Amino acid sequence: MEWLTKFPEMDRSGLREFKKTVDNAFTSFSRNYGEGIENFFDPLLSFLVAFEKLFLNTPWPITIFTILLICWLASRSMIIIAGTLLSFLLIGYFGMWEDTMSTLAIILVATLLCICIGIPIGIAMARSNKVQTLVLPILDVMQTIPSFVYLIPVVMLLGIGKVPGLIAVCIYAIPPIVRLTNLGIRLVDKDVLEAAESFGANYWQKLIGVQIPLALPTIFAGINQTIMMALAMVVIASMIGVQGLGLPVLRAISNQYLALGLMNGLAIVVLAIIFDRVTQRIGKRMQRYKSD
Amino acid sequence: MNNFIKIKNLYKIFGNNTTEALNLVKTGISKEKLLEKTNCVLGLNNINLNISKGKIHVIMGLSGSGKSTLIRHLNRLIEPTFGEITIDGVNVLELNNKNLLEYRQKNMSMVFQKFALFPHKTILENISYGLMVQNISEQIYKEKSQFWLKRVGLEGYDDYYPNQLSGGMQQRVGLARALATDAEILLMDEAFSALDPLIRAEMQDVLIDLQLELKKTIVFITHDLDEALKIGERISILRDGFVVQDDNPQNIILNPSDDYVSDFIKDINRSRVIKAKSIMTKSVSIKKENVPIIDSEMVLEEVLQEITKTKNYFVLVKDKKGKIIGRITLNELLTGIQRPRKEIKKYA
Repeated sequence: MEWLTKFPEMDRSGLREFKKTVDNAFTSFSRNYGEGIENFFDPLLSFLVAFEKLFLNTPWPITIFTILLICWLASRSMIIIAGTLLSFLLIGYFGMWEDTMSTLAIILVATLLCICIGIPIGIAMARSNKVQTLVLPILDVMQTIPSFVYLIPVVMLLGIGKVPGLIAVCIYAIPPIVRLTNLGIRLVDKDVLEAAESFGANYWQKLIGVQIPLALPTIFAGINQTIMMALAMVVIASMIGVQGLGLPVLRAISNQYLALGLMNGLAIVVLAIIFDRVTQRIGKRMQRYKSD
Repeated sequence: MNNFIKIKNLYKIFGNNTTEALNLVKTGISKEKLLEKTNCVLGLNNINLNISKGKIHVIMGLSGSGKSTLIRHLNRLIEPTFGEITIDGVNVLELNNKNLLEYRQKNMSMVFQKFALFPHKTILENISYGLMVQNISEQIYKEKSQFWLKRVGLEGYDDYYPNQLSGGMQQRVGLARALATDAEILLMDEAFSALDPLIRAEMQDVLIDLQLELKKTIVFITHDLDEALKIGERISILRDGFVVQDDNPQNIILNPSDDYVSDFIKDINRSRVIKAKSIMTKSVSIKKENVPIIDSEMVLEEVLQEITKTKNYFVLVKDKKGKIIGRITLNELLTGIQRPRKEIKKYA
């Protein structure tokens, strides 16, 4: 009756062989193609570095002014402006200016990347049910798999640095924008779409003139979620060499520095709140046609 | 141009395995049996219809009778299972994708029951849509849209958004949007059904007024008989995806083809709809005596007023040119107003 009490598992040597084969296969893959893949991501790296330099080298008053200007154009809200100004002044005063700029740079680049990749995928999903059934389980995996697990192959392939960090952030942050683009386009009123069709609009005219504009509030909710998730990844990304607010938090965890951890943690929260409020206001302002 | 739009043996079956279902339908299976046997829904059943150029052709039926399905076959928003549709000699079903888009842009436009305006576009942009899709220059389409905006009585509303307008105004925009492309054919899918009665009557007048001038070929879907009689120059009655009667309005009231149609018309006020020409006794050899002469288009209610003024209780009827073409006695008048009692064939 041993087979009842003890699970009939694979024998040890077999299991060891199996793991070894997988590991070796991936190692040889990364040895052979790692450099090529790294080169492929080079433009991304230089883009990210340039972005970071821009943030770090610009005198702080100009940076704050630019951020406030963007916030104003996007939200038209005095409260948000005042809150943003206060937050950045405090961040600077407590000595977190540079880390915050690094974080800002990687978040913006990651979000941009997610938008550029995620929205077309969402559109493709909305167009065809086949694509949707194919992509949805992948998104499920991306959202539920522990981030450390996909850090392993990324690091094996690309080593430690900014690009693997960026990729890890993107893997974690891209699902909401894909999902909500798909949803937003699918939720566009069938009658309105039929009207466009009855006037002889082709696929692109329908997509750009009717579907995307009407889905835009939903798409913006997706962008908002993507930014929030990217921020949530900052600490984990810092484990593989991403500069920014995550690094001090990591140091604080291993050394039990309460104040350091709290300050940098709160700075991340403040960034999150600013991003959230501003993008939400954009989403709302896009639906102005709904109110009288 | 009597056969401007020709629909021949048109079938539409919704569901999978429509070829098998189609063969069953052609053997005369009922809608319910078909659903039971093949899980397919019968939408249109052997439609044969000719629609004349420059006329308002009303397609009437209760909900589920297939009228909205039928109208969407004309611009192929729905593809048929079997059949033929020719419009002005063009076989619409053989158009390839590119030609179909062009056909929709240039030759027909549609007005919808729930207006289906673009909520994110201004009124002027909405009206311009059909022209914008054709890549016409901005100056031209703006000018044209302005013209139609005025024509439907919404001058000054250019920059409003649809939800800032009342239902009646929104449908005026819908109408202007459809007219702006100068398409020859206007498809109206229960266009006024969502409006309240007063606004509906007003919109019907707007349409009749426009039609006097534009002479478009209008296919008008409705479930409202009064509306059909008011604007229709010809009426087709649909039941379960089948045309039960296709006739002019007067004939539909006077000679309903079956119980279904007579059920439909039983509640209308006959004296306000039936015209003198429909019940008069044709006769050319009438001496002009001292009796009133009425117009052949006069409805019975008014004929009654005229007839009671006379001594002998009869009137003469003249046509548009003033020629005497018949007479009506009080007896004929009363028979005309009375609902017919004769047995007519039962519908299944």
